[in-house]
Amino acid sequence: MKEKPALDLVKIRTRLESAQGPLYWKSLEELAETEDFKAFLDDEFAERSTDWQSPANRRNFLKLMSASLAFAGVTACTKQPKETIVPYVRQPEEFIPGVPLFYATAMQMGGVGTGLLATSHLGRPTKIEGNPDHPGSLGASDYFHQASILTMYDPDRGQAVTNNGHISSWVAFQAALSSARERAAIKNGDGLRILTETVTSPTLTAQIQGILKEMPGAKWHQYEACGRHNAFKGAMAAFGRPVNAIYHFDQADVIVSLDADFLSCGPGNLLYARQFADKRRVMTNVTHTPQPKENWQEGYQEGPDAPRHNQSASYAEEATGPVHLPPQVQAQGKPAEQTTQNRLYVVEPSPSPTGGMADHHFVLRRSEVEAWAAELSAAIGGPSGAGKFKEIAAIAKDLQAHKGSSIMIAGAHQPANVHALAHAMNHSLGNVGKTVTYTDPIEGNPTDQQQSLADLVADMNAGKVDSLLMLGGNPAYSAPVDLNFAAALKKVPWRGYLGLFPDETAAQSVWYVPEAHYLESWGDVRGFDGTVSFVQPLIAPLYGGKTAIEVVATLAGQPDKTAHDVVREHWQAQANAAAFDIFWKKALHDGVVPNTALPAINVTAKAPAAAESKPAQGMELMLRPDPTIWDGSFANNGWLQELPKPQNKMTWDNAVWISPTTAQKLNLNTEDMVELKYQGRTVTAPVWIMPGHANDSATVHLGFGRTRAGHVGSEVGFNAYLLRTSAEPDGGSGLEIQKVSGSHTFATTQHSQTMEGRDLVRTATLEEYKKNPQYVDEKEEQKPIPTWMSLYPDYRYEGYKWGMTIDLNACNGCGACVAACQSENNIPVVGKVEVARGRHMHWIRVDRYFKGNWDNPELYYQPINCMQCENAPCELVCPVAATVHSGDGLNQMVYNRCVGTRYCSNNCPYKVRRFNFLLYSDWYTESLKGGRNPNVTVRSRGVMEKCTYCVQRINVVKIESEKQNRRIADGEINPACSQACPAQAIVFGDINDPKSRVAQLKAQARNYSLLEELNTRPRTTYLGRLRNPNPEIEKG
Amino acid sequence: MAQIFHRSTNTISKVSIIVGALGAGLLLAFAYAMDRGAYITDVKVVKEQPVPFSHKHHVTDDGIDCRYCHTSVETSSFAGIPATEICMSCHSQIWSNAAILEPVRASFRTGESLEWTRVHDLPDFVFFNHSIHINKGIGCATCHGRVDQMPLTYKENTLYMNWCIQCHRNPEKFVRPRDQVFNMAYEPPANQEELGKKLVQEYHIQSLTDCYTCHR
Repeated sequence: MKEKPALDLVKIRTRLESAQGPLYWKSLEELAETEDFKAFLDDEFAERSTDWQSPANRRNFLKLMSASLAFAGVTACTKQPKETIVPYVRQPEEFIPGVPLFYATAMQMGGVGTGLLATSHLGRPTKIEGNPDHPGSLGASDYFHQASILTMYDPDRGQAVTNNGHISSWVAFQAALSSARERAAIKNGDGLRILTETVTSPTLTAQIQGILKEMPGAKWHQYEACGRHNAFKGAMAAFGRPVNAIYHFDQADVIVSLDADFLSCGPGNLLYARQFADKRRVMTNVTHTPQPKENWQEGYQEGPDAPRHNQSASYAEEATGPVHLPPQVQAQGKPAEQTTQNRLYVVEPSPSPTGGMADHHFVLRRSEVEAWAAELSAAIGGPSGAGKFKEIAAIAKDLQAHKGSSIMIAGAHQPANVHALAHAMNHSLGNVGKTVTYTDPIEGNPTDQQQSLADLVADMNAGKVDSLLMLGGNPAYSAPVDLNFAAALKKVPWRGYLGLFPDETAAQSVWYVPEAHYLESWGDVRGFDGTVSFVQPLIAPLYGGKTAIEVVATLAGQPDKTAHDVVREHWQAQANAAAFDIFWKKALHDGVVPNTALPAINVTAKAPAAAESKPAQGMELMLRPDPTIWDGSFANNGWLQELPKPQNKMTWDNAVWISPTTAQKLNLNTEDMVELKYQGRTVTAPVWIMPGHANDSATVHLGFGRTRAGHVGSEVGFNAYLLRTSAEPDGGSGLEIQKVSGSHTFATTQHSQTMEGRDLVRTATLEEYKKNPQYVDEKEEQKPIPTWMSLYPDYRYEGYKWGMTIDLNACNGCGACVAACQSENNIPVVGKVEVARGRHMHWIRVDRYFKGNWDNPELYYQPINCMQCENAPCELVCPVAATVHSGDGLNQMVYNRCVGTRYCSNNCPYKVRRFNFLLYSDWYTESLKGGRNPNVTVRSRGVMEKCTYCVQRINVVKIESEKQNRRIADGEINPACSQACPAQAIVFGDINDPKSRVAQLKAQARNYSLLEELNTRPRTTYLGRLRNPNPEIEKG
Repeated sequence: MAQIFHRSTNTISKVSIIVGALGAGLLLAFAYAMDRGAYITDVKVVKEQPVPFSHKHHVTDDGIDCRYCHTSVETSSFAGIPATEICMSCHSQIWSNAAILEPVRASFRTGESLEWTRVHDLPDFVFFNHSIHINKGIGCATCHGRVDQMPLTYKENTLYMNWCIQCHRNPEKFVRPRDQVFNMAYEPPANQEELGKKLVQEYHIQSLTDCYTCHR
């Protein structure tokens, strides 16, 4: 890659401050109008083949053309290869080839389980959805859930038990573990240690506690690299005991987030995102009235020619018998009128999706948040003198006006004191019992995990540990660097490790046992509110993996017990024995164990000790888990590596995020290499300039720089754990940044497929909206073109007419839709180099826009998929009719006709088409084939592809409805993106049915189309974003 | 000035033009014949199977319904190939010692599946659904031919797109009453045109020629 010119930060600032600056901007490069950026815009298919660098020469041209013609002809002459059909010997009941089954199971992250429904095609899990019956999901899922299916099929997973690196067997391991048990039993358990991550599983907890009871000298340590350590300590400070806080955003009108990204991570985030969005679905009964739009409501004008499409007569009158509607469908109706919206204040040092939803966003350094919270706490108590932060008085007033209907929530990376302050403020605002409830902790054995690990390492160094059994977690990689876990581990004579991958810890262990993926395991786990879900396997372990329950059963002297038996016996002991079979089957079927949510408890928050004011010196370091690969455990997952991070659309990398002002001060630019020096340790890393980031601070994401992650994740990014100490796991002050030579190339998706500064995101404040509900159509160029101006006759849709709306006021840009689409539609991973060339393949992307100055810009997210235009520009230019209009209005892409001219993509104003420049789909790795959706073609090289509105799902429902001779009910078809969406921002349905949700949303005043002036008449439309600012702050 | 070309050049060029044109025509004819011929299409070509299963014997002689073995034809996209257990439901009693059935018994004994060779094999970018065709009154024999008269199974039609589309464009020419779908001997009546139009209305058959109907 060529050297990139430096960003002219001064010019950018001038542009932002001058009136000519664009209202919305995607990146600093765009503002600077760098050559690179312009080149990217001009050339949609950048970096095309370089084979033609020699001056073209007629003879070569003819040679190549005739050869390609001949080869193209010859390759078409294949005879179909012989294929076999392999039927069952004994077909299992309920297995019908071609009809998928769905099983309820649960996935845990940080110990918190989320109920899921896994799709199984003849025993192969292919897709994950949220379980609508699970309180932590309500049918939604996030990208970790979606991508977990790829981890299950990952060929890099551990495939054999190893002993000192040599292949061994499970039986040999069991023998070794049993003798370790015997050795420890003689000493009453002394020297036997178990190290786990956060455990909420009732069965595993009972198992381990059984061992501890039998051998009191043994110890159980827990350590989760990116766990909720501060929340634990905060609860201890506020209540003197660990508690689990549950928030009720459906009851909250004013929310103050103290650096809490509650919409996209942490326990209950899917539910919270849903409740939060429900409070922002502003709907009025004022319908959209501009004349031209009336046409699509009222039917179509007759064109001069016969209609281009005509489906046979509608069959409302033919339908016989009762119409069977799925239960979730009947509940939907006209959107209720809603004229209010909650108000979110966010104070944070590093931009997050939650920060993007804020009505008021304050950028503070991490260490200043505590002072801010303390000042707010004082102001709530009564009028106090002028503080350091001018907005506090207005926020306190707002909170006081909403006693019992407000929430204070503290973030995972804020110190315990901030958590304690938040608890105390919730208490004094009367929120406890209304918007905040407390329960016992969901963890089986809540402990201070940082201390727990430090104790273990101290004992290992002192030679007190004879046998150490590590169940997941990869501590050799993720433990605080000052503990030097790997070195201490070497002092333990018997060390066994159970993990999904033969990773850094496996390399340091005597015994390594491949772990079964959750889709291969029996188990149980608690959700964010304590609800227990059974983990149910969809498939036998692909690589002979074992579960933690089986390993612990061996340690407990029951080597022959399966995980299924252990879990069943545990619950049999708790339940009514007579009705146990029914209980067990029902709980497995529903995915939740009834009445296991923890009851609310009464606790009183103590006001925390006065904040020690310790202003950060110099640069401040902030260490956080990576948005997509988390603590590093998802490093080998290509979907997550390539998923653009919500804030900066970066893929395949981590970086040092600094603010533009700090960059100016340090004379740094995006892609410069710097040396980070913190407490005597150094790491070399590339810089990313992040608008909206706190000054004199640097955010560094953990989870990268793995050495033994696998083919995908090893040697990607830099390892920030090397700066993480046990004293300051979230970072601290005293960071030194030194520019070093060299530069780094990032692969981001924020420039590619850009729409060049047109007014695509439309926003207003709630007050402005009330005065002028039609704000989305204000500008002349945004007015739709009347249909009579079109030269072509309109299509007529007498059957279905599919459409979609995306509510920008609900969407928090989390990216679950992108991962869900990737899983549903067999979208390949292309790798960093190809992403840098603008060739990523995601069918839906989430555009991110900034508005305002770079110190504290407003953030807007906008998911963009194929608009399925009525007058689709792509259809007109395809020379082989590979993209054509369907009878229900879909813009069809026919892979087997496509010859790869890419004219369609050139002509697409929304830039939603993706081209397979190379053979991106993995056609050769056997295990990956199992995870593909059998109802979607796996595309080959040279073929264009794009969003189909999940036509495979439409067809399944259509065929079933035709068989039952009825119309498809509203809500029966859910494209993958809308099904996954935690905020339910994406709604799909039949526009021809005026009662459908999508038709009613399209009739809302907030509804608008992108680039309406082009008369493409998109089927995907957007509902404008609304802000609900506090007038007192807005003025000042 | 002397002639550049010899007189015979005229003949040579005429002959080569004619031979060239004929050759190109022949080449096209050859390509067409290959494409439509049994070598490529496998029409009427019997495939080797682990057991020489006779549909003629089972359907015509024994009177077994299609759905006894192809169990999911009415509910799924895939008609279903019988599990060994289904074969054994009869063959544990009759012909239980026949040498020809040894692979079936071996499969039942060992739990190893029989591996049948696909006779009707659509390309991977085509998504066909049996259940909807059955439901809308398309008979088995319309596509599969008189399977009841095939001692060894072969493909009756090319299953090329232009063959499919004949019916997708004009379903009234092929549709039959639902109760006749599994009747292999059904002959379209003289008034098929009239009956077909009526059935198309009654069964709500759409002439689905959208690409996404089959390709996605």
